[in-house]
Amino acid sequence: MALAHAASSSSRSNLLRPFSAAISCAPSLRRPFSSSSDDTRTLTIETSVPFTSHQCETPSRSVETSPKELLSFFRDMATMRRMEIAADSLYKAKLIRGFCHLYDGQEAVAVGMEAAITKKDSIITAYRDHCTFLGRGGTLLQVFSELMGRQAGCSKGKGGSMHFYKKDSGFYGGHGIVGAQVPLGCGLAFAQKYSKDGTVSFALYGDGAANQGQLFEALNIAALWDLPAILVCENNHYGMGTAEWRAAKSPSYYKRGDYVPGLKVDGMDALAVKQACKFAKEHALKNGPIILEMDTYRYHGHSMSDPGSTYRTRDEISGVRQERDPIERIRKLILTHDLATEKELKDTEKEVRKLVDEAIAQAKESPMPDPSELFTNVYSKGLGVEAFGADRKEVRAVLP
Amino acid sequence: MAASSMRRFGRLGCWVSRREFSTCDDKVVVQKSGKSMNLYSAINQALHIALESDPRAYVFGEDVGFGGVFRCTTGLADRFGKSRVFNTPLCEQVHLMGFILTWPHKQGIVGFGIGLAAMIVNEAAKFRYRSGNQFNCGGLTIRAPYGAVGHGGHYHSQSPEAFFCHVPGIKVIIPRSPQQAKGLLLSSIRDPNPVVFFEPKWLYRLAVEEVPEHDYMLPLSEAEVIREGSDITLVGWGAQLSIMEQACLEAEKEGISCELIDLKTLLPWDKETVEASVRKTGRLLISHEAPVTGGFGAEISASIVERCFLRLEAPVARVCGLDTPFPLVFEPFYMPTKNKILDAIKSTVNY
Repeated sequence: MALAHAASSSSRSNLLRPFSAAISCAPSLRRPFSSSSDDTRTLTIETSVPFTSHQCETPSRSVETSPKELLSFFRDMATMRRMEIAADSLYKAKLIRGFCHLYDGQEAVAVGMEAAITKKDSIITAYRDHCTFLGRGGTLLQVFSELMGRQAGCSKGKGGSMHFYKKDSGFYGGHGIVGAQVPLGCGLAFAQKYSKDGTVSFALYGDGAANQGQLFEALNIAALWDLPAILVCENNHYGMGTAEWRAAKSPSYYKRGDYVPGLKVDGMDALAVKQACKFAKEHALKNGPIILEMDTYRYHGHSMSDPGSTYRTRDEISGVRQERDPIERIRKLILTHDLATEKELKDTEKEVRKLVDEAIAQAKESPMPDPSELFTNVYSKGLGVEAFGADRKEVRAVLP
Repeated sequence: MAASSMRRFGRLGCWVSRREFSTCDDKVVVQKSGKSMNLYSAINQALHIALESDPRAYVFGEDVGFGGVFRCTTGLADRFGKSRVFNTPLCEQVHLMGFILTWPHKQGIVGFGIGLAAMIVNEAAKFRYRSGNQFNCGGLTIRAPYGAVGHGGHYHSQSPEAFFCHVPGIKVIIPRSPQQAKGLLLSSIRDPNPVVFFEPKWLYRLAVEEVPEHDYMLPLSEAEVIREGSDITLVGWGAQLSIMEQACLEAEKEGISCELIDLKTLLPWDKETVEASVRKTGRLLISHEAPVTGGFGAEISASIVERCFLRLEAPVARVCGLDTPFPLVFEPFYMPTKNKILDAIKSTVNY
């Protein structure tokens, strides 16, 4: 037990790694830029925490970016944050029913990943999928409509919070079964390798799912066949209410692949995520699967029924918010580089808030799916078996 | 390989007469000009046709590249190449779904698969529904052997069809004979829904009949009356039908006329054919190898009682496996044998 506690306290203290160090140790950051210069010029920024690797090289800590990219990171993450907070209130107002898992705190993973890849690459994730969907190009209206079970939702209101999909940009969805999306992601990679189209698949899972057996089965085939699969462990340090050290003998998830290379990444730093995903994509196309462990944090509880404060201290949460928040990090970068003023960023946030509110209002206007939709899409046409309406008299669907 | 299998088949030839089938002609497709072959050869032929007629069809599973444990995939890899017929490690479930997902019109055909229930139930069956028809696993057909062989023991002899019948979104098919297997397998592969196709292990070599050489399909979700009668309706599927047929013959000697129905598709099943038959005979007996409690017989019984309550002249009889794990040494006691069925026929008719 003593050992376990030692492990716990060490992992706790790891959560609060100050990023102020990043700014002071990167000399380029002190140089003021004139705001009139070109939006797309290259900025080189050092990540605050070095990458740690397992059986592979580490990518460089110097990340190339541009003012435009930093500003879009800020805007996208602010949108995601606002969207999740709005979803929280909608759930509490009982406008969203069923499950709802919020992503706030982890935004840097979704945003950084998108910056490194194209829409031809596939992403498949678990049930915490709202922001990943938004990152893939989904709209706020689709998100809120789906959350509230309306026709305008991305899955026509039939999927709900855990089942967002976007076929045209390679988003293979949110999956409710813990860990089950990883084998599917490796299957996607198999198809990509089979068709030789030079794309990769990102399969996201949490630190809880990292202990699932099917993950290792999938990893075995992926490594055996050198599939371009990138397993992204979004380590937010708690599988529901279970701290990682209570669940995993080795919480170094990037090393769990044994024969599969891995990389530990600061998942609160969008630029580090971008650098790692770029590295991983190149690696996967050349050498097969790789694991990326994103060290991140969720501010909300696991789901809506979890206040998120019984298994961790409020100090821990507010500490992470103050020291490592992904949006604040980008805000500071933008301000130090003089890419925008504080007021401009505040305006962006206000604008985003307005867009979210508008999307919610619009989603509320969207009608619920027609009752007959209950019976569609079970089989390719019709229900396939006999089913009745509520009164057990009127047959609604029969053999196709 | 093939030659040695044929020799083995020849050795078993003497048993064949004991488990013969009434395979009444399917009016639509089946021609008389067939070649005599056993069940695994019929499956093998169906797979050849499927791969040949659709360049987007694939076969994968453990050992399929070498012909499979039951020789069903013999010759496929040589003919169609390693990129269309390939071996996977034992955890094939993990990949095939994702593969099928990106190639929605492809046909994946998998050997083996009782252990991959979670993927079938949670992913394949629900993908279409939960994504609002954006994605589906319709190209997937999972082939798996099922049932007793006389000495299989606790795992390999199980009949898990009822587990899968509880999952809207997949289809569950069980053929009774080589000719049926070929036609039903081709229909399953070409059906736009995920299909679980159970093959009676006992019949792989034992069941021999004329199978037409050409490409034909038998309709899914359509039961077939394979023997007409007027006193009692018997419903079954797969290997159990031959036992039931023997019971029908015995019963006939005692003046009881039995109607025998092969359900063929368990989900979604053809209630109309069974209902029409029970309306005629007024009695129903269901028989399957799986344990009686929660077996698919219970579902048939409940539905038919709902529809034909006033027409029934006796309680619905179920002659099924016992509620025990599938036994090793007690298999003869466990199985729903001819005499058990015959007893049930008599007591139902004389109720």
